[in-house]
Amino acid sequence: MRFDLPDAPPHAEALRRELRDFLADAGQDWTPEIRARSWMGFDRGFSRAVGARGWIGMTWPAAYGGGEKSGLERIVVLEEMLAAGAPVGAHWIGDRQSGPLILRLGTEEQRTRILPGIARGELAFCIGLSEPEAGSDLANLRTKCERTPNGWKLNGRKIWTTFAHKSDYMIALVRTSPAPEGGSRHAGLSQFLVDLRLSGISIRPIRDLAGEDSFNEVTFDDVMLRPDDLLGEEGAGWAQATSELAFERSGPDRYLSSYPALAAGIDALNAAPSPGAEVTIGRMVARLNTLRGMSLSVGGMLERGEAPAVEAALVKDAGNVFEQALPEQIRNLVDPADSPEGLRRMLASLAQLAPTFSLRGGTREILRGIIARDMGLR
Amino acid sequence: MSELRSILVEQVERLVADAGGVAVLRMVEAGEWPATLWAGLEQQGLNLALVPEESGGVGLSWGDAAAIWLVLGRHGAPAPIAETMLAAALLSAAGIEVPEGPLGLAQGAVPFGRHAARLVVPKGACVALHAPGECVPAENIGREPRDAVTAEDRIARGQLPNLFGPRAGLLGLALIRAALIAGALERILALAVDWANTRKQFGRAIGKFQAVQQQLAAMAGEVAAVHVAVHQAARAVDARGLAEASFEIGCAKIVAGEAATMGAATVHQVFAAIGITEDHELHHFTRRLWSWREEGGTERFWAAEIGRAALTRGGASLWPDMTARDAQGVE
Repeated sequence: MRFDLPDAPPHAEALRRELRDFLADAGQDWTPEIRARSWMGFDRGFSRAVGARGWIGMTWPAAYGGGEKSGLERIVVLEEMLAAGAPVGAHWIGDRQSGPLILRLGTEEQRTRILPGIARGELAFCIGLSEPEAGSDLANLRTKCERTPNGWKLNGRKIWTTFAHKSDYMIALVRTSPAPEGGSRHAGLSQFLVDLRLSGISIRPIRDLAGEDSFNEVTFDDVMLRPDDLLGEEGAGWAQATSELAFERSGPDRYLSSYPALAAGIDALNAAPSPGAEVTIGRMVARLNTLRGMSLSVGGMLERGEAPAVEAALVKDAGNVFEQALPEQIRNLVDPADSPEGLRRMLASLAQLAPTFSLRGGTREILRGIIARDMGLR
Repeated sequence: MSELRSILVEQVERLVADAGGVAVLRMVEAGEWPATLWAGLEQQGLNLALVPEESGGVGLSWGDAAAIWLVLGRHGAPAPIAETMLAAALLSAAGIEVPEGPLGLAQGAVPFGRHAARLVVPKGACVALHAPGECVPAENIGREPRDAVTAEDRIARGQLPNLFGPRAGLLGLALIRAALIAGALERILALAVDWANTRKQFGRAIGKFQAVQQQLAAMAGEVAAVHVAVHQAARAVDARGLAEASFEIGCAKIVAGEAATMGAATVHQVFAAIGITEDHELHHFTRRLWSWREEGGTERFWAAEIGRAALTRGGASLWPDMTARDAQGVE
């Protein structure tokens, strides 16, 4: 494992100032609950405003609506959005992984059809991985796509699909041929770009413990896909899907999910000091600064075209530990009964959200398994 | 890693390995001076590593120095070369010629003070060079010499430049201890992985059990965190000088201390009974880890300082203050 710290991109401070002005303005009416939801907040209006500023698809070629900026400049944008608790969910998945995947593996038709819409903040994506019998054991998925004379026929069921009910497209990993007898279970999987308006698709929101509709069951019943809805290469789906993971797992969204509660907690402690609080705050700040360094290191490696899959797993695991502990630590310093209303509501939201931090994008156990294997265990 | 850095790291690696590995730690703990190792280190000019070239030194960056300290930590830091590097840097910055031999850094108890050729005493923004006087030997739980040495005749005294600030001794020592902790943690993690792959119970290597894998993976996260924190701190010193790098150094020492606690506990759990025997090499590293947490400011010390500053600045400043410390790239 290796972590090399990159330098900040040129003009990073100017870009940060621009973002802070924009977010101060856009965020005037964000409630504590919205800020606590962070990238689990879905606001198409906000995403369109972000797109209009050129802050989605920043690294993509101009021909596809991109800004041709560096990956490190993009991280500046992500960091500022998350530190402000902005509801970035409507464009987050498209910007983070679906868009880059289409750019890398898509056909010219797919790129020109899809990417500009993502960059404008108009097209929302969801990720079709988990199934009823395939969670951590993803290779066990059963949804299948069969060739027809005119294209493909999709049948099966995806579950826990975040924002499927609000999205335009799903990139689904499905089986296109049976796993070879005695061979790799990862063979025979392919990725498809599924327009969620097609007939035969039913999307049933699943109410979560906080009373929100955030994830879904998506059923495919003889959904007819066109030949060019295949994304990338037939049979290469596993490698394609796992190649996104370093992008998915190492970003600032893996340690900043509960950051707004730290800033709010500091203000609450200034209003009502708690003995010894500075030591706890200092430890949290030290961890935050270190995690940021780790995440930026992986960002720098991705920018250089490296494939830091294990480092990314490690950032996500360590980041999740931090962002789950953060609200609890603040709660231990400021009694909820004595908290200002904003902080109390933020902590109440985070208590209900925090369990998902170490589930989404690979569970803690799976990530530690990846790390252990890299260390020569297993 | 720069070419110079990798050459130096390789040299230090070889010198310490040639000195006998764990045997030299046992020797030091028995009260002997690792004369051969020290001669080798001095012959490579490592004592002058942080002294600028124009003052007759090697002119390494703090990033290079930290890379060397990591290697030393991996081997349990059997000689006071890191402290001598820092002491020499302070002397030279204050315009004092650096004497030969091991330097006793009087920042708290003096590491290997009984063997010090000269005593270097940081005090505020000044640093003084003394002959060592009476020595009352003591040791930390790593059984490393940590002596009380009286400062005898003052040989020289000088003012440190602003870049070093009034706490240069403390800040430098904190960075050294954090880097040594990073190295020692790397070592014990490797030992634990090797043991987990070797030791069999219930008919298979204990490393095949997920309970063991998950603990070691979590520890790997801590080890990586300390490495990154140390790099961030060394880079901040190179960019802004010791005085203006206290935030990053404090962060590194906090993360290092927390990781030392967690890492030592984890490896002892994995090694079980054999790991707590005198015969096994593990304790030479874990006892040092527990000791180094206490030197150069504890987690609590640095956390209180960083936390107080964060509270004073207020919630809205925390994030902008952090990003404003980034090393700026050039176009």
